[in-house]
Amino acid sequence: MSLLEIKDLSVSFGTETGRLQVLNAISLSVAAGETLAVVGESGSGKSVTALSILQLLGEAGQIDAGEIRFAGDDLAQRSDEAMQMIRGNQISMIFQEPMSSLNPVIQVGKQVAEPLVLHRGLSWADALAEAENLLKKVAIPDPAGRLKEYPHQLSGGMRQRIMIAMALACRPQLIIADEPTTALDVTVQAQILALLKDLTKEAGAALILITHDLGVVARYADRVAVMYAGRIMESGTAAEVYANSQHPYTRGLMASIPALDGDVTRHLSTIEGQPPDLSSPPPGCPFAPRCTHADSQCTQAPPSLEWVSDHHAKACFKS
Amino acid sequence: MSEVSLNPPILLQARHPALAFSARLWREKRLGAIGGIIFVLFLICGIFADFLAPYGMNETNLLVRLQGPSWTHWLGTDHLGRDVFSRVLYGAQLSMVVGFLAAGLATVISILIGVISGYFGGKVDMLIQRFVDAWMTFPDLVLLIVVVSIVGPGVPQIVIILGCLYGIAGSRIVRGSVVTVKESMYTHAAESIGASTLRILSLHILPNVMPVVIVLFTTRVGATILAEAGLSFLGLGVPPPAPTWGSMLSGTGRTYMYLGPWLALAPGLCLTIVVYAINVYGDALRDLLDPRMRGAR
Repeated sequence: MSLLEIKDLSVSFGTETGRLQVLNAISLSVAAGETLAVVGESGSGKSVTALSILQLLGEAGQIDAGEIRFAGDDLAQRSDEAMQMIRGNQISMIFQEPMSSLNPVIQVGKQVAEPLVLHRGLSWADALAEAENLLKKVAIPDPAGRLKEYPHQLSGGMRQRIMIAMALACRPQLIIADEPTTALDVTVQAQILALLKDLTKEAGAALILITHDLGVVARYADRVAVMYAGRIMESGTAAEVYANSQHPYTRGLMASIPALDGDVTRHLSTIEGQPPDLSSPPPGCPFAPRCTHADSQCTQAPPSLEWVSDHHAKACFKS
Repeated sequence: MSEVSLNPPILLQARHPALAFSARLWREKRLGAIGGIIFVLFLICGIFADFLAPYGMNETNLLVRLQGPSWTHWLGTDHLGRDVFSRVLYGAQLSMVVGFLAAGLATVISILIGVISGYFGGKVDMLIQRFVDAWMTFPDLVLLIVVVSIVGPGVPQIVIILGCLYGIAGSRIVRGSVVTVKESMYTHAAESIGASTLRILSLHILPNVMPVVIVLFTTRVGATILAEAGLSFLGLGVPPPAPTWGSMLSGTGRTYMYLGPWLALAPGLCLTIVVYAINVYGDALRDLLDPRMRGAR
């Protein structure tokens, strides 16, 4: 059984110009110990998916339909108090910007210790001792000294390590990492992702890795879900999706990765056009206006996600 | 070279944090530190006025009326032969009491209104802010005169009126700061670890608006001391014969200004110096207490 199962989840946001349908009947599942990568460009709904799992959509966001089953319970039906018990305890999240997601006026040790105080009922002294172990785990040199430092005294990579330590503190069953390495430079990216992967594996936790970097997906993910304009276009095991991508969008994304040993004089392939405006989405497949295979069928109704093999599904009429 | 800058001298490491902080204040914000020293001097004068004053505050001696500064009367005497230096000391006491209490009350009110309005937003914010708007359209002085003429002059009334007046107006500043902090990533991160609203407010938001609150408090101490002086000048402050700086300026100071300029100069200068000192001190504190500014010059 899956640890997390999202079924036909639709989320919309109220704006001044009307409601925006940000997620459109998406379905996802993550098994314990598994790494699922959610891939897509900006605005495809990756982060909103993460925030809906934690029920942190804010006042404007609203779940219109669907369910989010975590260990059997529907999180969408839970009260705010009940969610507070889950956040940071059973499900934790690592944000995109390590520069701004730590509180600038609190020592990092206290910030790592806080989930332990909140959920494990530890005293601050015990929690700080545990925080020191956590910092050691995320390979921060001189953990005892670092505990007393403030976020601005640490580098970006260090801060992301702190965030990882915080996320791991209560040994959650699920960790959601929302583009954890986007703000970091390339060499640090690899270290952080390897660390994250190792530690989640060690803790037996599931990991949802939200990214727009297909290289990251290939290296770290067990399964992939490709999102576009609030829908899932293709999902399957990472190996399947790479070797045998079915959806024209996925193929377009793959083709636009530059190859290190490729012909440097060749122009990089791109996907023409822009993602659709969510306030007036096309009636058919959202990718149809940019798709080279699209015909009249594609512009009438959106295709649903259908299985092509045991571990591979796509939402496309044409392939 | 990095060795030197990373490890502070051993002398500094072992000291008490308050001492270390004072040393930093002196090193990095000389003017602010001097402001602080001046302010503390006035505070001490106020607290120990009973011991420091060479004469009683209302001790008259008609034989020495309107004398200029001398060794026996450092700041001269007034038209009743009262020692101006002693009266200025007692005036410091009253000014400090009124300044601290009213500014303290104002700050508490500002934080309460500002945090509730800024954090909860929406309709609550809308309602509170319209009330604040309405409140701020009344001229301060009119409000003060109305209330004092109803309840009569006295220290508690003045503290409460000034506290409400400055508190409600100051809530705007706190609210603005709370709105910024509320939208920050680390507030969302705190939500994502399951912190309750109260916890987020007290542990994550309040410390981040403290730099603003500190400056608000210190400028309010200055402002309330000035406002109290203004009220006393109009005869609506702490009633005579209690020696407040404002009433000294308006009473004897104004009447006998040409015969004895020291009568106006002494309380006037005290007022100016104290208010200026606390303002620069507040600015320096804000710069040093905010960890983000640490190391920045």
